[in-house]
Amino acid sequence: MSQTAIQKTDRYGKMFARLSELNQGAFVPFVTIGDPNKELSVEIIKSLIDGGADGLELGIPFSDPIADGPVIQAANIRALKVNINTQDCFDIIKQVRQYNADIPIGLLLYSNLVFKRGLEAFYQDAKAVGVDSILVADVPLHESKMFRKAAMSNGIDPIFIATPNAPDDTLRECASYGRGYTYLLSRAGVTGTETKAQMPATSIVTKLKEYHSAPALLGFGISTPDDVKAALNAGAAGAISGSAVVKIIEANLDTPQAMLSGLQQFVASMKAATAL
Amino acid sequence: MNNPAYFGEFGGMFVPELLVPALKQLENEFNKSQTDPAFQAELEKLLNEYAGRPTPLTLTRNLIKNPKVKLYLKREDLLHGGAHKTNQVLGQALLTQRMGKKQVIAETGAGQHGVATALACALLGLKCRIYMGAKDVARQQPNVFRMKLMGAEVIPVTAGSGTLKDAVNEALRDWSANYKEAHYLLGTAAGPHPFPTIVREFQKVIGEEAKQQVLKAEGRLPDAVLACVGGGSNAIGMFTDFIDEPSVKLIGVEPAGKGLDTHEHGATICKGTKGILHGTYTYIMQNDDGQIEESYSVSAGLDYPAVGPQHAFLHETGRAQYVGITDTEALEAFQLLAKNEGIIPALESSHALAYALKYAEQQTEESILVVNLSGRGDKDLSHVMDVLSKGDQL
Repeated sequence: MSQTAIQKTDRYGKMFARLSELNQGAFVPFVTIGDPNKELSVEIIKSLIDGGADGLELGIPFSDPIADGPVIQAANIRALKVNINTQDCFDIIKQVRQYNADIPIGLLLYSNLVFKRGLEAFYQDAKAVGVDSILVADVPLHESKMFRKAAMSNGIDPIFIATPNAPDDTLRECASYGRGYTYLLSRAGVTGTETKAQMPATSIVTKLKEYHSAPALLGFGISTPDDVKAALNAGAAGAISGSAVVKIIEANLDTPQAMLSGLQQFVASMKAATAL
Repeated sequence: MNNPAYFGEFGGMFVPELLVPALKQLENEFNKSQTDPAFQAELEKLLNEYAGRPTPLTLTRNLIKNPKVKLYLKREDLLHGGAHKTNQVLGQALLTQRMGKKQVIAETGAGQHGVATALACALLGLKCRIYMGAKDVARQQPNVFRMKLMGAEVIPVTAGSGTLKDAVNEALRDWSANYKEAHYLLGTAAGPHPFPTIVREFQKVIGEEAKQQVLKAEGRLPDAVLACVGGGSNAIGMFTDFIDEPSVKLIGVEPAGKGLDTHEHGATICKGTKGILHGTYTYIMQNDDGQIEESYSVSAGLDYPAVGPQHAFLHETGRAQYVGITDTEALEAFQLLAKNEGIIPALESSHALAYALKYAEQQTEESILVVNLSGRGDKDLSHVMDVLSKGDQL
């Protein structure tokens, strides 16, 4: 089965096509939905869009986020403390989608949240509020069949992670099952800025291209404009930054206006580094 | 169709993609070790000469009032380290060496698995770091000291609730970054494949010995074998060799804490629902949204909001029966065994014993019961003194 790497009809496809014309890479910030509360979370995500984000990666808070480092764990805990649940997250996404009809929205979450709602229901509800892709952090490719099916039948792009330690067969599967974009890791470990992304990711990017994967966005350890440039230089189509964004929220919990302007400025500075 | 990662619908390998190569390497080495006579011989030597296997099977003399019932105790409390944990830790430590890794990561709740891991690492020259919830570090100082004496680094975990499940999270995070040099020595028959299978295979010696010992003493199989279930390693160790003996009832005893009708218990099979925690699809304690809930038990070793996937399967198929025993019932059994037999059991094992006492009273036919006395109670003394002095039960 041959797949075109970029599907021109979807929001990711349109985003990559637009950026390619502008000769730019993509910058995609991540935040945990509902952190630090429902109302402010909507404003936070809007400020990311206003700062020039090309896409959004949004996490649903979970009690046991094993793939996340301390900063994003703390964001999960803040959101759960104010009782954010999956439905609240969908409500927030709906508001974001009303604010911007075109920006690709990816969800990043843990499998139990999907299971509890029911796979079909979860993907259906996500689609209904305007989600484009779903990455389930604790579902590796070889356990992903049910999730892929639910995603594809509901018009959601399933996202998989291409890791530096993956055997070629796994990268091949990653390329053939993934849609929208490929989440590229250049180092081991969990999310966080403590460990920098390890460049170059060139060899994985080359393989992914050879296997016709969806465009690769490099994540984990991206916290400065230089990291973004290095990701693009390694051949990635863009970069995802999570912990560095969430740190701005964490540092300004008592000063929401400074938080929102800080986020907008941070995104703008990272976006400025995407010129090729 | 026969996927070794699954027990019916339960089990699997629900972990970040990064950990898959490490788990596959472990599975591969484990499979090879199972048919490697040199590995098996080395493990057996350690179990016999270092850990003290086989452990005795003791017929109780005074505890059982029903003349039709004989109650045997499988004495894992006499194993080096004071609990059954040592069996599987030695096995996994040898696997660590086999994989050419020099470091071990582990999690611990009350500290029993941590102590067992520390002793195996001291013996085999492995560098060991153990994650332990900050609350547990404070509550279990003697075990923290034991681990440190044996050269382990103990890392308190303050994230989340600061208990066992958060220690597991932290160990998994560490492993995600360091899988090339370090083995994650998981402490129970839960977690992602291949851990439930590995831990079962290293613990099944308990049931194999017990079966031969009962046959020798009684000339027939027991009518029921009982074990406490937190994650489920001592229970699966006891059950495995009896699974294909349909006349033998398998009874797993979960911590009912302050009662199964309260929110304070750890009875995941009796009261939990299906879901994914720590890499495996099983029964877990969760709210309507899928967030994991805290478990509770007077016995820290049973205080875990999930259970090994094979137990979920044995429950679903009806092959094993799972029941709850409250804190109060377990504390009573703890004292009864001490007074009647001169044995101080672990609070964990006291749960299995408490249900055996209830069960014994109901029997109208000749019955032989075997309880896995999975650990000794020294570690629980100060805690039990505290609890009993508050309740004026002594």
